[in-house]
Amino acid sequence: MRRGSPRLLKEYVTMHRQNKDLCDVIIIGSGPAGLSAAIYASRAGLSTLLFTGKVIGGQAATTDRIENYPGFPEGIAGLELTRLMREQAERFGAQVIVDEVTGVDLSVHPFKVNTSSEEYSAKALIIATGASPRKLGVPGEEEFIGRGVSFCATCDGFFYQDKTVIVVGGGNSAIEEALFLTKFASRVYIVHRRDRLRADDILQRRAKRNEKIEFVWNSVVTEILGDTKLTGVRLKNVKTGEEATLAADGVFVYIGNVPNTQLFAGQIELDERSYIVTDAKQRTSINGVFAAGDVQERVLQQVVTACGTGAKAAMEAEKFIAELEGRAYPERT
Amino acid sequence: MIELTKENYQKEVIESDLPVLVDFWSTRCTRCMTLMPAVERLEQEYRGKVKFGKVDCPKNRKLIVSLRGEVQTLPTFLFYRDGKVVDKLVGDDFTEEDIIEKLEKLLKRREVHHALRTRDNQNRGRAIR
Repeated sequence: MRRGSPRLLKEYVTMHRQNKDLCDVIIIGSGPAGLSAAIYASRAGLSTLLFTGKVIGGQAATTDRIENYPGFPEGIAGLELTRLMREQAERFGAQVIVDEVTGVDLSVHPFKVNTSSEEYSAKALIIATGASPRKLGVPGEEEFIGRGVSFCATCDGFFYQDKTVIVVGGGNSAIEEALFLTKFASRVYIVHRRDRLRADDILQRRAKRNEKIEFVWNSVVTEILGDTKLTGVRLKNVKTGEEATLAADGVFVYIGNVPNTQLFAGQIELDERSYIVTDAKQRTSINGVFAAGDVQERVLQQVVTACGTGAKAAMEAEKFIAELEGRAYPERT
Repeated sequence: MIELTKENYQKEVIESDLPVLVDFWSTRCTRCMTLMPAVERLEQEYRGKVKFGKVDCPKNRKLIVSLRGEVQTLPTFLFYRDGKVVDKLVGDDFTEEDIIEKLEKLLKRREVHHALRTRDNQNRGRAIR
C-alpha cells in the first residue's frame, strides 16, 4: 500500500474492492530488464506484479557466464545473477508469478493482462518480454530442432561429450557458447558468414587460442543434413559460391535475436524489425505502457543496458501513475 | 518425483504398471527449472494414476546414451505406457497445459480409442442403411 492522502487511500481501497486484481504496475518478463523494473517499482512503493514467462531470468539466465556486468570481477553465472535480481525485487515486495501472459488489451485503462487461467489489470504496464534466438531458416532445421539443432549450449552442451559440433555465428553469444562447448565436445567449428568476428576482442583471442576450435570463414549454412540423425550441414562460401559439407553431431545457432512482440502486434507501434518503438523515457506509442530490455533494444543487447532501461521504465511508470492520481510534481525541464 | 538412474530405470519405468512421465532436466536448463514446480504440482494431482520420475541428465549420461537418441535436448518429457514411449514433449516451446494434455491423452488413450471405434461402427451402420 502506498502512502497518500486519505481521499486517495479510500479511492485505492474502493478500486481494490471493485477489482481485486488491479495493481499499479504489471511487468511482463523476468530477464534483467523486467527484474530491474520490478526492483525500482516495488521500492518506489508501487504494487508490482511480474509474470516470468517461459524461462525465469530470460535469456541472461541461459548464459553460462556473464563477465561484463559491473560488480562481479570474476564474472557470474547468468542463472545466479538473475536469481539474485529476483530475490532483490521480492525483498521490496514485488510479486513474481511463474506463468505466461497469453494476451493483453491495451485499448482499455486499466490495461488488461491475461494468463491461461486469470485476468489481471494494472494502471501501468512494462513490457520486458525480451527476444528469442533467430532461426537459420534453412531446410532441415525445423525437423532437427531438439534432435541435433539447439539454441542453448548451456542446456544441451553435455549431450555432445567427445563429439563434433558446429556453432553458427560470429557475435559475442556465438563465441561465448563455442568456448563453453569446448568443455564437452572434441571439436567445435565456428561457421561465420564474414572473414572476421563481431565478438569482443577478449573472446576472439580466447577462441583463437583454443585448440578445439576451428573457424570456417565466409560461409553460411544452407541445409541441415541427416535422416534419422543429424550428420552435418551443407555450407556455401559467400565469396566463391563454392559448396561443401561439414560433418557434425550437433549444430548450435547464434545468429542474433528476434524481439518477442507477437502479443502486442497491432496494439502498439513496432519498427520494421518488430522491435517496440520507445522514446528516451521508455514510453511506447500508448500512454502508460513502457518497454525495456531486448524487446526494444536495437543497439546493445546486454544485461547492463537491459537493467538501465528497466529502471527507467519503472520510474516513468511511477510518474505516470502519480499524474493519473493527481499527485505529481510539476516536471522539471 | 522418483530420481531415476541407470540402475532403477528398468524397474521404475519400463516395468511399471502405471503409465510414467519422465522429466529429463538439468540445473543448467532454466526452462526445466521454471517448469519443475508445475510438474511437482501435477504429480500430486495425478497421484495413483501416473507415475512421475526425473532424470538429472548431466549425472546420468550413460542412461541418456542407452535411450538411443530419445533425449537430445532439454527439457524433454517422455510418456511411457507398458514400457514403451508413446508420447513426447521436446524443447522449450511447450507449456504446463501441453503436459496436462499429454497426461490426459496418456490416461484416456484407451477410452478415446474405444469411443472412436464405436463411432466408426455406428457410421458404418448408417452408411449400410
